Amino acid sequence: MASPDAEAPPPTEPERWRDLDILLSRPGNLVHATFQPSPGLRDDIGSFVEVLVVGAGGLGCELLKDLALSGFKNLHVIDMDTIDVSNLNRQFLFRVQDVGKPKAEVAAKRVMERVSGVNIVPHFCRIEDKELEFYNQFQIIVLGLDSIEARSYINSVACGFLEYDSDDKPIPKTAKPMVDGGTEGFKGHARVIMPGTTPCFECNIWLFPPQVKFPLCTLAETPRTAAHCIEYAHLIKWDEVHTGKPFDADNAEHMQWIYSEALQRAELFGISGVTYSLTQGVVKNIIPAIASTNAIISAACALEALKLVSGCSKSVLNYLTYNGLVGTHIKVTEFVRDTDCLVCGPGTLIELDTSSTLSEFIKMLEKHPKLLMSKASVTHEGNNLYMQSPEVLEQMTRQNLSIPMFELLKGASFVTVHVSGMAESNGNKVSSLRKLRVLFKGVEEASKMDTTESS
Amino acid sequence: MQLFSSLKMINLFKIKDQKKEESASAAGKAPVKKQSAGELRLNKDISELNLPKNTSISFPNGKDDLMSFEIVIRPDEGYYMSGSFGFTFQVSPSYPHEPPKVKCKTKVYHPNIDLEGNVCLNILREDWKPVLNINTVIYGLNLLFTQPNDEDPLNHEAAAVLRDNPKMFEANVRRAMAGGYVGQHYFPRCA
Ligand SMILES: [Zn+2]
Repeated sequence: MASPDAEAPPPTEPERWRDLDILLSRPGNLVHATFQPSPGLRDDIGSFVEVLVVGAGGLGCELLKDLALSGFKNLHVIDMDTIDVSNLNRQFLFRVQDVGKPKAEVAAKRVMERVSGVNIVPHFCRIEDKELEFYNQFQIIVLGLDSIEARSYINSVACGFLEYDSDDKPIPKTAKPMVDGGTEGFKGHARVIMPGTTPCFECNIWLFPPQVKFPLCTLAETPRTAAHCIEYAHLIKWDEVHTGKPFDADNAEHMQWIYSEALQRAELFGISGVTYSLTQGVVKNIIPAIASTNAIISAACALEALKLVSGCSKSVLNYLTYNGLVGTHIKVTEFVRDTDCLVCGPGTLIELDTSSTLSEFIKMLEKHPKLLMSKASVTHEGNNLYMQSPEVLEQMTRQNLSIPMFELLKGASFVTVHVSGMAESNGNKVSSLRKLRVLFKGVEEASKMDTTESS
Repeated sequence: MQLFSSLKMINLFKIKDQKKEESASAAGKAPVKKQSAGELRLNKDISELNLPKNTSISFPNGKDDLMSFEIVIRPDEGYYMSGSFGFTFQVSPSYPHEPPKVKCKTKVYHPNIDLEGNVCLNILREDWKPVLNINTVIYGLNLLFTQPNDEDPLNHEAAAVLRDNPKMFEANVRRAMAGGYVGQHYFPRCA
């Protein structure tokens, strides 16, 4: 990129959109079956499509810029972080004077300044702070995140909008597509998640290797590397010295303390290589971010978003990996869905009378041909209706057994519940966790009427 | 070879219609709490717990928050017989991808547990696998009391005594559990 102080004048409007317009107005052989090339397609995308970008960091900055330059005009961005001086080398929308300001707000402002006609609404908050309905207003959710937890959360929200018909077929208009980007050093991935059609994040969570954890006794007794010394200061020494005071990785004083302790320990054991940035990296589990990897992955993600809304080409099926460590290697793998996935799968449809009690429901699961589940524990949206074990939880939930399910589920006509217990599989009883769609007989129409009346 | 067509494209024209419908129907929906896949898996683990007789469990935040809980182990054999040792469990939404965080609440004279409550148990860190569960961890913690070992020390002094002078180690454990000093460290009574 050119230096921000010597910015070239932005291209004039028609010139900026020339290539995109060619892509959207010409027919082709690799387009989606429903693609209707038209000179007005770019305007339609700008007018009718709203996209949410989750994360305004290294990937998020690239994504906002790329989406704005791909014809998307209604963007939202959500990020809870403020700008740190160490972000400036790659999060190119930020300047020195922005340090300390919310990333979402600055990123939105900078892109709007550079690409006319684009409106970006920033949300400076945690993703969990938003109502679920907030996420439903977008046609696509694009993820530029660095944590498994945050991805898993957004995935569960987006998959939560998916509805299945009585034949366990996903209802297309309820599917909220996600485009997920991720980078680690010179490696990255871009994937398209169409809930109900392609695997969701939870279907192949095993793709993300668990973080390496050193044994505590190695840290305490036989450190051999700089990282061992840092983790010793972080996991053991901090608590020893600061009784009851939690360590905060975003507090520079705390980090400095860990660094100097790690340095002392490294000297004691004759180990070299402890630096402040390594300390930050180890404690926050950061792999150095590479600007070019972010740019490549973001471009792939923005392109997938454009393909999803326009059909100008077929979507990637379904997981693109990039490796720039030795040469350049790009590969697309088609992963398969876990049809029993608790998050995106249909679950088993159960019809229930409004008078059926929880205890009758549990007995019914034992005989249900698709489940044959005995000793079921039942949970609904974080509310544990019945727990078979341990005794203390059984006692706390026992009184629900005689209450009708319809009442326990607060009079909703159609509800997702999760049950765990011993289910039959190929003649063997195995411990299982299942998703159920409970439909109460005869109340669907009434509750629909209630909803419309109250709104 | 599978063709690309299985991926549904968003239909722009449908979006135009849907926009109108949505604004009409969005108001009536109640906010719902999202339960992570990790929370569901933890619920299952908990509902299938097979606790050893000497171990009890409690849920300080009630029946609907199982992500943090406490157990108490009362060893019925070995050096620590008749002591009572509390542990806190913190389970993250990424469970079982991430192991639970376990700390010992009771100050204990033990080669593999330090005075801050850190526990050296391989399955809590380097050997954690998502197929393991809460039961495995509780079993592992029980094992620490019947088979303390001097090879993975977190409390260096205790480990050295166990290795060089098991009789003295036994006496030290008794003194600590009864409430008293071992070296410079005071241990509150836990027996
Ligand atoms: Zn899934």
